[in-house]
Amino acid sequence: MTASTDTLQTVRSLSQEGYKYGFVTDIEAEEAPPGLSEDTVRFISAKKEEPNWLLEWRLAAFAAWRKMAQPNWAKLHLAPIDYQAATYYSAPKKSTGPKSLDEVDPELLRTYEKLGIPLREREALAGVAVDAVFDSISVATTFKEELAKLGIVFCSMGEAVREHPELVRRYLGTVVPQNDNFFAALNSAVFSDGSFAYVPPGVRCPMELSTYFRINAAKSGQFERTLLIADVGSYVSYLEGCTAPQRDENQLHAAVVELIAHQGAEIKYSTVQNWYPGDAEGRGGIYNFVTKRGACRGARAKISWTQVETGSAITWKYPSCVLEGDHSVGEFYSIAITNNRQQADTGTKMIHIGKDTRSTIVAKGISAGRGQNTYRGLVRVQPRAEGAHNNTQCDSLLIGERCGAHTVPYIEVRNPSARVEHEATTSKISEDQLFYCRQRGLSAEDAVSLIVNGFCREVLKELPMEFAVEAQKLLAVSLEGSVG
Amino acid sequence: MLEISNLHARLADGREILRGIELSVNAGEVHAIMGPNGSGKSTLAAVLTGREGYEVSEGTVTYLGHDLLTMPADERARQGLFLAFQYPVEIPGVNNLYFLRTAMNAQRRYRGEPELDAGQFLRAVRAKLKLLDVGEDLLQRAVNVGFSGGEKKRNEIFQMAMLEPRLAILDETDSGLDIDALKAVARGVNEQRAPNRAIVMITHYQRLLGYVEPDRVHVLQDGRIVESGDKNLAVELEQRGYGLLGDVA
Repeated sequence: MTASTDTLQTVRSLSQEGYKYGFVTDIEAEEAPPGLSEDTVRFISAKKEEPNWLLEWRLAAFAAWRKMAQPNWAKLHLAPIDYQAATYYSAPKKSTGPKSLDEVDPELLRTYEKLGIPLREREALAGVAVDAVFDSISVATTFKEELAKLGIVFCSMGEAVREHPELVRRYLGTVVPQNDNFFAALNSAVFSDGSFAYVPPGVRCPMELSTYFRINAAKSGQFERTLLIADVGSYVSYLEGCTAPQRDENQLHAAVVELIAHQGAEIKYSTVQNWYPGDAEGRGGIYNFVTKRGACRGARAKISWTQVETGSAITWKYPSCVLEGDHSVGEFYSIAITNNRQQADTGTKMIHIGKDTRSTIVAKGISAGRGQNTYRGLVRVQPRAEGAHNNTQCDSLLIGERCGAHTVPYIEVRNPSARVEHEATTSKISEDQLFYCRQRGLSAEDAVSLIVNGFCREVLKELPMEFAVEAQKLLAVSLEGSVG
Repeated sequence: MLEISNLHARLADGREILRGIELSVNAGEVHAIMGPNGSGKSTLAAVLTGREGYEVSEGTVTYLGHDLLTMPADERARQGLFLAFQYPVEIPGVNNLYFLRTAMNAQRRYRGEPELDAGQFLRAVRAKLKLLDVGEDLLQRAVNVGFSGGEKKRNEIFQMAMLEPRLAILDETDSGLDIDALKAVARGVNEQRAPNRAIVMITHYQRLLGYVEPDRVHVLQDGRIVESGDKNLAVELEQRGYGLLGDVA
C-alpha cells in the first residue's frame, strides 16, 4: 500500500465519522507576528537561512505584490481577505531537520498517523516517496537514497535551495514569474516550503512522487512552492493529495507549481484535493487559489494535469501548459465538485507556440446543493504556431434544483492552420436513471455515486491506479446528502 | 407471494388510474396482465416497484408477508422484486457488467450472502449469455448506451437471469421485438420458471404468451381487472379485441 493510498483511505471513514480531521496538533508553533511587510519577508528568509539571491527574489515579488490589487473577475463570492491579519510563517519548534524518523517529534508523528500517513512504516511500503510538509517546514523526506542512485533529486524546496541552488536559481520563477498575478506574487514573497524534483536526462522515475500538506495554525496561510524539472527524455509522475483540519476562519492557500519538461520529456501531475469545504452554510472552509503552470520547453515534451477537486470552500485555479516545443503536448483532465455552498472557478490555459502542438482538455463539473461551478478555459494559438490542434470537452452535471454550472471558454486563434474543437454538455441525473439503479437494488446514494463515476470515467482513468480507486470513493463521499 | 387488495392509485396531478385492483400471485405461477392503452398497466408496474410520482390512495399490497407500499424502491428490489423496464434508460460511462455485479453484490450483502468475486461473476455471466443470445460485446458497453430496442429488452432479461428475483414483472417486454429476439427473450423467461418464483407479464399482445405460457391471464381495463382466465383467454382476446369488455364489472 502506498502513502497516497493510506492518506486517501482515511477519506472512506468520512462517510461514517463526518470530517474527522477536525483537530489541531498541540505543538508550540514558532510563528511570525501577524501581518505582511518587508520585515515579514526578511524574517521568513532568515528563519530558513536562505542565500541572499533568494531573499532579493522574494523582496522583488513583495514589491510587485504591493502594487497589485486582488483580482475580482472570477465568478466567485468571497469575503474580503485581510492580508495583514494572517500569520505568514509557522513551524513546529522542535524540528531543525531530522536525519531520520527517530528524530521526528513524536507528537508530529502522531498527527501524521491520524491523517493516515504512517511515517514509521514508510520504509516497508512499496514505491512511493513522501515529502511530508507540516505547516511551513518539511519534516521528513524518504526514499531519497534510492532516488539518488538514479540521480533523481526529490526533496523539500528548502533543502533544494541549500543542496542544489544552481538548479533552483535556473528554474524558479521561469514558468510563473513573481509578478504573474496577485496570488503568485504573494506566494513568491512568502512561500514557506514545498516540493522540488529534478529528473536527469533519459531517466524514468521508477515510483510516483508524492507530497502531503496540512494547514494548521489559525490564520496561517499556506504558501507552497513546487518546482519539478524533467530533463531531456525523462519521465516523472507526481501525486499531490491534501487534507486540512476544521477551522472557523477561512484559510488562504495560494500555492504555486511550476513544471518544466525538456525535449522528449513527460511530466504527469495528479492532484486529489479534499480540503475542508466549510460547513453546510459555507463557513470556515479553505480558499484554494493556486497558480499551476507547465512549460513544454523542448520538442515532443508532454505535460498532463489530472485533478479531482472536491474540497475547499472556494477553488480558483487554472493548471496550464505553455507549448513552446514543436510537437509538444498539453493535457488537462479535471473533475470539480461543488456541493453545499462550495464555489469553483477552474479550468486551464493551453498556449500553443511551437509547430504541430496538441492539447486535450476534458473538464467534468458536478454541482450539487447550492454549489456554483464554473469552467473557465483558454485556448490560444499564437501566430507562428503552425498546425496546432486542440480538443476540448466540457461537461456539467447538475444534481438538484439549486446549484449552478457555468462555462466560460476563451478561444483565441491567430494562425489559420489551427484546428480547435469545443464540445460542451449540461445534464442532470435523471429520475429515470436513479430509479433504474434503485430498482436493481442500489441505494439512492450508491446510485448517484455510480452515475457520477460513469460521468467522470474519462478523467478517472487518467489517474494513477492507487489514486483512481480512492478518488471514486471520494466522489461518493463528497456528494453525500445531495440527493433525497 | 403477492396479494393486491383494493388498490387505488393516482398520479401527482390527482388523476386516478388504478381503481381497485385485486390480484393474487403465488410462487411458481406465471401471470399475464393484458389491456388496452390507458388501462393502467404501466401505473400498476410503477406502483408495485415504488416509482415516485404516484400516490396510493387506498388498498394494500402484501409481498412475501411484508407491506410492500411502505418499502422504498431499492429495498423492494433487494427483497427480490424485479422489473424488466418497458423503456430501459441509458447510463453513460457505467460499464454494463460492472453495473450488474454492483447490483448483485448489493442484493447479496442485504441477504447476508457472500459477494461474488470477478471470477465467479464472469462464470455465471457466460452461462447465461448463450441462453439469451446476448453478445459479450454488449456487456462491455455502457448500460443500454447505443443498444437497439431488441438488445435493451434482452439486456433486461439477462439482468433478470443473473439477479434471480422472487417476483419478476415484465413490462411490455415483447414490444418492438423481432421473432428471433422474441424467442430469445422467451427462452430466458422460461428458464427462470421455478417453484419459488413468480412472473407477471404485462403486455398488449398475445405474441409472447404463445412462447411463455401463462397459468393465469387477467384483463385490465380502466384501472380494474375485469376478467381473469387461463391461457385461452389471451387467445380469445386476440380474436375479439378489448372493446367488448366495456360493460363488464
